Formats: sequence, C-alpha cells, structure tokens
Amino acid sequence: MSDITLDAKVPDGDIQTLWDEHKFNMKLVNPANKRKYEIIVVGTGLAGASAAATLAQLGYNVSAFTFHDSPRRAHSIAAQGGINAAKNYHGDGDSVHRLFYDTVKGGDFRSREANVYRLAQVSNSIIDQCAAQGVPFAREYGGLLDNRSFGGAQVSRTFYARGQTGQQLLLGAYQALAEQVGLGKVKLYNRCEFLDVVQVDGRAAGIVTRDLLTGEVQSHAAHAVVLATGGYSNAFFLSTNAMACNVSAAWRAHRRGALFANPCYTQIHPTCIPSSDEFQSKLTLMSESLRNDGRVWVPTKAGDPRGPDQIPESERDYFLERKYPSFGNLVPRDVASRNIKAQVDSGKGVGPLRNGAYLDFAESIKRLSPQVVEERYGNLFDMYERITDENPYKQPMRIFPAPHYTMGGLWVDYHLETTIPGLYAIGEANFADQGANRLGASALMQGLADGYFILPYTIGDGLAPLLNKPLADTNHPAFKAAEAEVTDRYRGYLATNGTRSVDWFHRELGHIVWDNCGMERSRPGLEKALSEIPALYQEFKTDLRVLGDDRSLNQSLERAGRVDDFFQLAELMCRDALEREESCGGHFRVEHQTEEGEALRDDENFAYVAAWEWTGPDTPAELHKEHLDFKHVHLAQRSYK
Amino acid sequence: MTATEPLSGSPAPAAPGRTLNLTLRVWRQAGPDAPGAFEDYDAPGISVDMSFLEMLDVVNERLVEQSREPITFDHDCREGICGTCSLMINGRPHGPQRGTATCQLHMRKFADGDTIVIEPWRAEAFPVVRDLAVDRGAFDRIVEAGGYITVNSGSAPDANLIPIPKSVADAAFDAAACIGCGACVAACPNGAAQLFTSAKLAHLNLLPQGQAERYKRTEAMVDTMEELFGSCTNHGECEAACPKEIPIDFIALLNKDYLRAKLKNRRYLSRKP
Ligand SMILES: Cc1cc2nc3c(=O)[nH]c(=O)nc-3n(C[C@H](O)[C@H](O)[C@H](O)COP(=O)(O)OP(=O)(O)OC[C@H]3O[C@@H](n4cnc5c(N)ncnc54)[C@H](O)[C@@H]3O)c2cc1C
Ligand code: SF4
Ligand code: FES
Repeated sequence: MSDITLDAKVPDGDIQTLWDEHKFNMKLVNPANKRKYEIIVVGTGLAGASAAATLAQLGYNVSAFTFHDSPRRAHSIAAQGGINAAKNYHGDGDSVHRLFYDTVKGGDFRSREANVYRLAQVSNSIIDQCAAQGVPFAREYGGLLDNRSFGGAQVSRTFYARGQTGQQLLLGAYQALAEQVGLGKVKLYNRCEFLDVVQVDGRAAGIVTRDLLTGEVQSHAAHAVVLATGGYSNAFFLSTNAMACNVSAAWRAHRRGALFANPCYTQIHPTCIPSSDEFQSKLTLMSESLRNDGRVWVPTKAGDPRGPDQIPESERDYFLERKYPSFGNLVPRDVASRNIKAQVDSGKGVGPLRNGAYLDFAESIKRLSPQVVEERYGNLFDMYERITDENPYKQPMRIFPAPHYTMGGLWVDYHLETTIPGLYAIGEANFADQGANRLGASALMQGLADGYFILPYTIGDGLAPLLNKPLADTNHPAFKAAEAEVTDRYRGYLATNGTRSVDWFHRELGHIVWDNCGMERSRPGLEKALSEIPALYQEFKTDLRVLGDDRSLNQSLERAGRVDDFFQLAELMCRDALEREESCGGHFRVEHQTEEGEALRDDENFAYVAAWEWTGPDTPAELHKEHLDFKHVHLAQRSYK
Repeated sequence: MTATEPLSGSPAPAAPGRTLNLTLRVWRQAGPDAPGAFEDYDAPGISVDMSFLEMLDVVNERLVEQSREPITFDHDCREGICGTCSLMINGRPHGPQRGTATCQLHMRKFADGDTIVIEPWRAEAFPVVRDLAVDRGAFDRIVEAGGYITVNSGSAPDANLIPIPKSVADAAFDAAACIGCGACVAACPNGAAQLFTSAKLAHLNLLPQGQAERYKRTEAMVDTMEELFGSCTNHGECEAACPKEIPIDFIALLNKDYLRAKLKNRRYLSRKP
C-alpha cells in the first residue's frame, strides 16, 4: 500500500481569473538564474518541441530527445483537420466560456474543470503565436484567417491549413526548436530512446536512454524531466497513429511511481479506410470533414452481393439520418463509430471483406457540382483512390472506425506534474483535458497550450527552490541500476531465441484488445481479455525471436521493448474498463446504456479520475481516485437525436 | 553503385484481388562503415492491395521465420506526410508513381514476375546508417541556420493584425508542403539540396512575417547548404522526384534572394562579425 495522496493542486478562486492569479503567485526563477538549470524534454512532437523551444527562449539549458531521425517527424505531423481557438473571429457567439463548456461536455463530464478553462483561455495565444511563426493558415480573400466548423461544433472555431494542419503547426514548432538548437541553447539527441526515469532523493534527477544507432545505454542528469511522448493507440496494433507511436516512455515512468490515469479512455474515429488484408500495417484516417457532405449507409439486406450502384434507394439504410434526425451524419465520433460497427456486425458490411459502410457523395456531387466537391475534398479523394484503387467521385467510399487517440495517460496536477516530483507530462501523454472523449481539433490545441503557454510557467515554480542545487551524479547507484536494467532487458529479448516475431505478438495482442476493449466493452469480454493477455504475454517472454545484436540499429529489438510495455498497459486498460461500471464518452460498457443504446453515465459513483499505481509485475495495480467537481457546467446526458 | 537491372517496363496494372510473385534485389549494409551489397529475395504471393512498405513487412516477417535478419528501412506515418520513408525503387526515388511517397505506393503498380531493385538514398550528404536507412541530419542543419521566424512564445500580436492576401498565403503554403524526405537530393546527379532549401526559403520569405529576417536567413541557409551538399546545375531531376511536386521555380527565388542578400548583408548586416 502506498502513501500517495492525489492532490490536483488547483488553486482556490474564480475560475475566470484563476490562471492569471496563479501565474502571479507562483515562484519565479529570475532570468539570470535560469541558465543554472538543466531541463530534459523527451519527445519533440507538438507538445515537446513547443516546450523545449520556449524553455530555451526563457534561458534554461534544455536537452531534447526523440527516437525519430529528426524532430520534424513526430506523429503530430499527420493531423489533418485543424486546431480550435475561441477567437470568435466570425462573430458567431464563440467565447472562452463556450469552448470550455463544449470541451467539458464533449468529454462527457470526466475532465477537470480548472484545466479545461485554462486551455480555452490560452487557445487564442496559440493562434497568434503560430501565425507569427509563419504557419500558413487558411485565409479568406480579405486576407484574414478563415475558420470552419468541425466535429459537430455549433460555431466556426477551427483554424486549419488545408488538410495538413498538424504538419504546418509541427513545422512551426520544429523551426522554433531548430533556432534554439542553432543557438546552442538546446542540445538535441535524435534516434535516441528514453527508457527510464531516475529518482534521487525523491525527485526526478535524470533519465536513461538508448542510442538507436549504436545501442549505447547512457544516463543524463537534469533538474526536471518533461515527457511529451504521445499516445498509445497502437496498443490496438491497427490504428491511425504513426508506426512508431508507443506507450513505453509513460509506462516506464509509471513503473517508477507515476500514476497512470484513465487508461480505458480511448477514442475510435468513425471514418477510416477499412483494412484490405491481414498484412495491413496501419489504418488511414479520412478526415471528419467528409461527413459534412457524405451520407453514411448500408444495404437493408444482410449479405447483399450487389455493388452500390445496383442497390436502389429503397433498399438502402441511411442509419445515422434515420436514428438521429437532428444531427444525422454529424453525430459525435463515438456515436457514429458504434453505429457503424453495429451495422457491420449485423452482416450488412460492404466491400470485398464486408468490413465497412458506405460514405456516399453522389447527392452532394449533384447538389454542389463535382468541382465544388473537388475543391473541398480533392486531396482526400486522391488519397483514398491511391490506397483503394476506387474513385470516390464514381462510387461511394468505404469507411470503418479505427483507434485514433487516447484520452488516458500519465496523471498530472494543475502544474502538469506527475506523482513523481520533478517529472512532468504534456500533450497526448498526459490524461488531463479531454475527459472521456476528445472533440475534433482539440488535441493540437492541448499539446501547444501545454508546451508554449503552461508548462514553461509551472515548471519554474518547481525549479525555484532548487537554486544552486548541483545536478545529480550520473554515477549514482540509482542511475547505474537503471542502466543495468535497460541493458539486461534488451539482451533478454535477444536471448529468448523463440520462434515468433515481435510483429506477430503485437498483432495478436491488438486483436484481443480491439475485440474486448475497443468500441464496446462488456464484463465477460474484459474478463476474457484479462485471461488471454497474460497467457500471450507469457508466450512473448519465452517464444520471441529477435535477430541481430544490441550494438547497432536493430528495429525489431526496439519494437520488442515497446510491445513488451503494450502487454502490461493492455492489462491495465482492461482492468480500468472493468472497474468503470458506467459508459462515458469513448468508454462504452454494453451493460450501461439507455433504452436507445446511448452511453449511460453514473455521476454519483464514477465522477472521478481513475489513477492507477504500479505495485510490481506480479501484483495488481492499485486504484486511486481524484473526485471531479463540476461547479461551472451542469451535468447532463448528451443527446443528439 | 546504382542497379544495373533494367526497369521493369510499364506493367499492365494488376487486377484487384490478385497476387504477384516478385524478386527483390535489396541493398544490405550492416552499418555506416561496413561494405554493402545487393541481395536477392523471392517475394511470392504479394497482394496487389498492399502498400510497398507492407510488402517489405511481409518479406521481413518471412526472413525472421528463416532466422535471417530483417531489412532495415525508415518509415513512420505511412500516409505520405512525415517524410520518413526513403527508398530508391528501380532507380527512382519513391518509385514509379508521380507525386507519391514510397509509403503511398501500392503493389498494383507492379507486374507479376517483376524484379524490383531497392536501394537507400544515394547522396554524399546522406550517409547510410544501415541497409536502406540514411542519415538526413544535414537537412536539420540547414533549418537550424535560419529556417525560422524568430518570435518568442507569448510575444506575438493578434493573428489578424497582419492580413495576408490569400494568393500569397497559398503560394507560401505550396512551398511549406515539403515533407523533408530528401528525394530531391537523391535524384540529383550532384546531390544538391536546392529544392528543399528553396521550398523553406520561399515559405518564409514570401510571408510578411518573414521579411525582417529575409536576407539574413537566405544567406545563412544557402551558405550552410553549400557547405553540406553538392552544387545545383539545373538538371531538374529534383522536381520530377518530389512526392509533393514542389515546383522548381522556387529555386529561382532562392537565387534572386541570395544575390540580394549578399549585397545587403555585406552592406548592413554583416552576419559574421
Ligand atoms: C491521423 C490523425 C489525425 C489527427 N488530426 C487531428 C486534428 O485534426 N486536430 C487535432 O487537434 N488532433 C488531431 N489528431 C491528434 C493529434 O495529432 C495528436 O494527439 C497530437 O499531435 C499529439 O502530439 P504530442 O506532441 O503529444 O505527441 P507526438 O506528436 O506523438 O510526439 C511524440 C514525440 O515523442 C517522441 N517519443 C515517444 N516516445 C519516446 C521515447 N521513448 N524516447 C524518445 N522519444 C520518444 C517521438 O519521437 C515524438 O517526437 C490526429 C491524430 C491522428 C492519428
Ligand atoms: S522538396 Fe520534395 S523531394 Fe525535396 S525534401 Fe521536400 S518533399 Fe522531399
Ligand atoms: S512514412 Fe511518412 S511519408 Fe512515408
């Protein structure tokens, strides 16, 4: 049993002025003293690059780590749709309060109000910052910034850069980081993987890394460590995430004492291209914006062998329009996903493998002209055709939901600090702001809010008392022990000498997690997964085959470490899902639904953050609860009828 | 060291659902300083719906089954946006399909019985780290030299303070679409990085926000580029190889700005005291 008390450290006061007052009340490190501090930032996606650049601008000495070959290539680069902000440039009634309210409601009332309010407040500065960096946001003919409405929001607050918003925002943050690297203020370690956090005297004192090119295991000391290492959707094997996304950094911190919050909150995106065979390595997202003009349908008859053009109107079921007359095809992601899956499960799936629903543009093309449709979606249609060899101007797209984003992550307080003092987590790696479901265009906002505008302030409060404290010695036994553990772990994978590849195990694990802890969860399913995962994990430990050595670039060896951690995480996801006897946002327990099949929350018993503590490899994780108070939003059942 | 194998001609696209029997001739190299050589692998039963990288996944899985070390290659997003994938396929960067990165290339573009030659980028500035993976750090050095607009976090004015004509924003975007893959360098007989550098310069130099540092940036980036890469002699191979179809016109802008930068910077700025 541990003595952890979860203190979110939300200051008292009026939510509207809380952050400003708190910024004033926090301890400051004076500019001349900042250079006496070493900060490690792990991860150079949107969250990490923006944080590392800002901390260096402020005068801290920063070391930034990424396992990519360049900081320009994090998973953030793939975000298509856009980034939210409460600018109200369109005068359609948006405000900080409305963005706050929508985000809490969209998250199905499972996030911390004070954090979300702050996020909405700083959202506007992000747009200013990025525009000044030269991010080429879409503009109107008058030269001002354009917005669109996204993901069912009732105001236009999404800023976008064609279908490549993540790319342009990441390049902006990368360039800001590159400037600091060029100035010698940031030391960059690329192709270098974080594998452990080391504590000395009860505080994060540094990290252990492995150079992916040489296999060298090395320690680095710092006064504070920031993890900006992204989300864990690849626990499902097939997801829309980039291939390298993984949970290892967060997981290794978890094993050292950082609590892991809400692991079962995962988001399934409704419009992805269905897989074409068992060798499929990832799934490609088709932007949410397509649902503005595409109509989702399946044949009314299960197993209908006809092509879409042979099926008359009367034998088509536009099931979203039928069930949700007011929102129709624009219902939120979780609702759309579940409904599509239900149709496919009932045998009405379309395509060669009967694993999708149609997203049909025929009517829009007639109503708007092919030119307008091309202007809006041309690049997406091209991408679709490149992958499927089918032309969506002529025949409907096929879509199916896929894992996309993880709301769960390392538990952090209002300062974004984990339960290990001196260890912070930002971006998708933390659990903070999205509750049980993330709204479209809010992840980019959160990553950049954390990195540019929140962490750089809160970290100072933790650092100020350490003035003139020397760095920990990397020869300290704690570092040496962690190094030895890492070395042994990787040698162990090589020595197993079994018969199955890493990818085989990852795929099998992904099947179990997807089938039982995916879009719908049930007690029997979760219990089944909880018996299957340890069995497969046991096989992984005895039958893994990794060839080559640990002294040169060895991609299978890297993946072995990541899949190992996915096994452990997967178990916790299932336990968390089992424990949460309600449905909320992306977590849908079949036992808890309304008569119409909608998610049924239980606010009385489950309005809390489930934060799990690692107690060892052979003992179950221990649950700690952070109770959530809602003072500014009224808890309501979502309805999209 | 380029492959001597002839291109496989232009195959009739395979019918959906079919599989292909292929031979791969792959560059294997154990490390940066190790000698490299081509090795042949049979790749039977490849579905035409697989992407090129999924085909390599399958080949790797089979190699592991036979206790042979899998082929190392770089990749990440598999959506054509991160710029990590980098294969020379039958002598062409990113293979036969125009405007398409390796990860977006599908096997239906190949024919049954083909031999496919797969190599890493070949350029002096991009040393091989293993098999098909190279080190493109030289691109980062160019950006570090000046590929940014200096603006400290929190100091920016309201985003709508500076209206930007849509046409200017669109042109800057066309340049900003570069994914930093390095195909342009691999395609260039001189190993020059003009297309990449000009794309970054055009993105920033066209925008009003980028004016203050325009000439300092141009001189610093071009000088760094010239230290690290070969010289441009206007072959134009880069444009044809670019998966984002970055137009070669941006190089003219680079040259113009560099000339002006040399004049201005000598007079006023004196970047290196
Ligand atoms: C296809 C797609 C489209 C999306 N579209 C949108 C959108 O339109 N709007 C929106 O708001 N959100 C969108 N999202 C979500 C959003 O892109 C992500 O949530 C966000 O970019 C995550 O940023 P990050 O900085 O937290 O992490 P990442 O970008 O994943 O960065 C992680 C970083 O950590 C590094 N790293 C990880 N582990 C280690 C380790 N052990 N050692 C060293 N380095 C490590 C990586 O190298 C990388 O630099 C989309 C997501 C996907 C998959
Ligand atoms: S200019 Fe084109 S080929 Fe060159 S790095 Fe950019 S995207 Fe790749
Ligand atoms: S893997 Fe990202 S562009 Fe090909």
